[in-house]
Amino acid sequence: MIQMKRHMKIATFLGISALPGFLLATGVGFAAEPAPSGTESAVLTEAPAVPPPLTRRHATNVVVNLEVKETTKRLADGVEYPFWTFGGDVPGNFIRIREGDTVEFHLHNDPNNKMPHNIDLHAVTGPGGGAESSFTAPGHSSRFSFQALNAGLYVYHCATAPVGLHVANGMYGLILVEPKEGLPPVDHEYYIMQGEFYTLGKFGEEGLQAFDMEKAVDEKPNYVVFNGSVGSLMGEHSLTAKVGEKIRLFVGNGGPNLRSSFHVIGIIFDTVYQEGGTAPTHNVQTTVIPPGGAAIVEFTAKVPGNYTLVDHALFRAFNKGAVGRLTVSGPANTLTYSGKQADTLYAGDGKPAAPASKLQAAVASPVASTPITASLKPAASGQTDIPSASLSAAERAQFERGRGVYMQTCFVCHQANGQGVPGQIPPLAKSDLLMADKAGAIRGVLQGRNGEVTVNGKKYNGIMIPFGQLKDEQVADVITYVRNNWGNSGEGATPQEVNAIRKANPEVAGKLASSPFE
Amino acid sequence: MNGHGLMSLAALLMLNVGLSGQELSAPAPTSGTPADMVLIPSGVYRPLFRAASEPKEVSVQAFYLDKFPVTTGEFLEFVRANPRWRRSQVKPLFADQSYLKNWKADLEPGAPLNAAATDVSWFAAKAYAQWKGKRLLTVAEWEHAAGAGTTRPDGENDAAFRQQVLQWYTTLGAAPGPVGANPANFWGVHDLHGLIWEWVLDFNSAMVTGDSRADSGGLERGLFCGAGAQGAREVANYPAFMRLGFRSSLNANYCIHNLGFRCAKDL
Repeated sequence: MIQMKRHMKIATFLGISALPGFLLATGVGFAAEPAPSGTESAVLTEAPAVPPPLTRRHATNVVVNLEVKETTKRLADGVEYPFWTFGGDVPGNFIRIREGDTVEFHLHNDPNNKMPHNIDLHAVTGPGGGAESSFTAPGHSSRFSFQALNAGLYVYHCATAPVGLHVANGMYGLILVEPKEGLPPVDHEYYIMQGEFYTLGKFGEEGLQAFDMEKAVDEKPNYVVFNGSVGSLMGEHSLTAKVGEKIRLFVGNGGPNLRSSFHVIGIIFDTVYQEGGTAPTHNVQTTVIPPGGAAIVEFTAKVPGNYTLVDHALFRAFNKGAVGRLTVSGPANTLTYSGKQADTLYAGDGKPAAPASKLQAAVASPVASTPITASLKPAASGQTDIPSASLSAAERAQFERGRGVYMQTCFVCHQANGQGVPGQIPPLAKSDLLMADKAGAIRGVLQGRNGEVTVNGKKYNGIMIPFGQLKDEQVADVITYVRNNWGNSGEGATPQEVNAIRKANPEVAGKLASSPFE
Repeated sequence: MNGHGLMSLAALLMLNVGLSGQELSAPAPTSGTPADMVLIPSGVYRPLFRAASEPKEVSVQAFYLDKFPVTTGEFLEFVRANPRWRRSQVKPLFADQSYLKNWKADLEPGAPLNAAATDVSWFAAKAYAQWKGKRLLTVAEWEHAAGAGTTRPDGENDAAFRQQVLQWYTTLGAAPGPVGANPANFWGVHDLHGLIWEWVLDFNSAMVTGDSRADSGGLERGLFCGAGAQGAREVANYPAFMRLGFRSSLNANYCIHNLGFRCAKDL
């Protein structure tokens, strides 16, 4: 019933335009298409912010000033990249206009830039989408104008030779052409754009990274990220909403090469305007967004907790940075989602080890009691460190650096607060094994592990992939971090210690250590 | 002057050491070579874009080329001798408002004297060359000379050299440093890559539209989205695309912070 009700409430973006006759009859229509009146400057925002909805109900002359800046910024913790940007940030500034507007577009090329640039807006009807008219040398500005004939969400990008390189360096953004009727109100609008980066160094290799042309031609990026860097939508930068609020995501894909399979773990999209167009599709799990394409995604937050945004081509999420986070706060909703209700032994062959009646009772009881107010744990509030009080100043510095390594490398499995995943990924928080065998933990990070381990009396039998590409310092920092966090307190690790273990255990390509904890 | 001489001598010595035992060798300086110039032997330039009616190859006659870009100090001498090229007196038609924009006064440069002269227009560069009894070089000559790597004349077949060049083009612009900091190339010329962009005589001859996907070869402009590479000879030569794009974005009166020049001379 709840599902049905939700569908009834789906807003119909552009639905009104299907009824022009009705609008004319009531005198509200725009069929006469009056010429734009007035002039205003477009509000530009940096992701994930979106300019406020347009309140006017007429076309106008919109002046857009967009500046190209070549600037070195963070790509991941400890990793910098010389980005080329529209407005100083990747993705470029979000532009919001209305169908029927006439746009006077000014493209400024910062005098300190090295390259000429231009802009092709997919919202433009005309050769090159504005590229030819906006070709601009460093220290110069170009102006052109266009009419926003079609409503929709459009990508813009640089199209200067060699176009792939300009896009690979971050030159893309979104322009929304609101339909004449406007968009239905929502509680939150966010701007997310996926893009991939091709660096000479491996993923996570520290320092200023250079563009790797061979990887770009082969379409094998080291980084696939949302909003221009690893972690741009994580931790304190997570998107937020409250239970019951409606959320609209404007999602673009700059590419330059890869399609995005955009998915929010634990959310079904009520409505998706696929490819940024105007036809709504309902009840979507994953929407494909091609390079140079976009989608509008709408849903209502119903259950509190953390939701992970991913490119569901999962190695990109796990190994290349394509994750973000939405944190929903508010009262628990155990009817829609109960949380874990029972953890029992299973003997195989379909036979539960516990008496069936007991198991069923355990499942049934929280639902039978007042479901909405059932006292489940409050929603996780994201990552919280609990540093050990016994840390020295030097170890404290290691702890701080270790957090960066952890959030980039470990947290996807071991979770934000080291709690692991019951039955699958062992916890690090208050872990007897971690505290008893530091060398084994270091070996595990360097070589991965494969086979059974027992942590706090529970057996785990999974695979941990090796992270031997981390530097000795990074491994020492993250070991110090996990051994002194979330209730753990113990000796940290030094780079020398890591190096000795690395040398004593030469990496065998493709082979995981049978168990690093032996 | 002395500094340059020493550096180029050192570079020549290094070059000889590096080449011992190899088939290739740089031409020995001839007695007629002007000071601070080297002889670039004749060769062939293959344009990146061409129309069907245009030749595949352009032959380049041997010429003399400045070893270094023109320095701020040398440009100071030029404006001292030619008052109409001073910042306060230059005609807007010949140089935009950014002309010598970092100079503190007409005869007071804002950069060290050995830094490459930049923020100069094509007109100013051409006038300087004329004053020196030299000329600007053509795109074909520039690309022919700059195609050499540090150890061989065909740099395009040297992957490490290509990566190094690409890296400069994708590194952010900074105030140009002193000339001669980059190693000499096979012909003994410094800084063709890695310091500044350079004006050429016919910078606007291979005019592209600015939309790389539309420039599908010579004058064809009907194609979009990736079609830019259709007519290109060597689609992997990104630095060449970038130079082409950069030159095409210019007008002759533009003055840009990392755009300078050097001169050539006929034999």
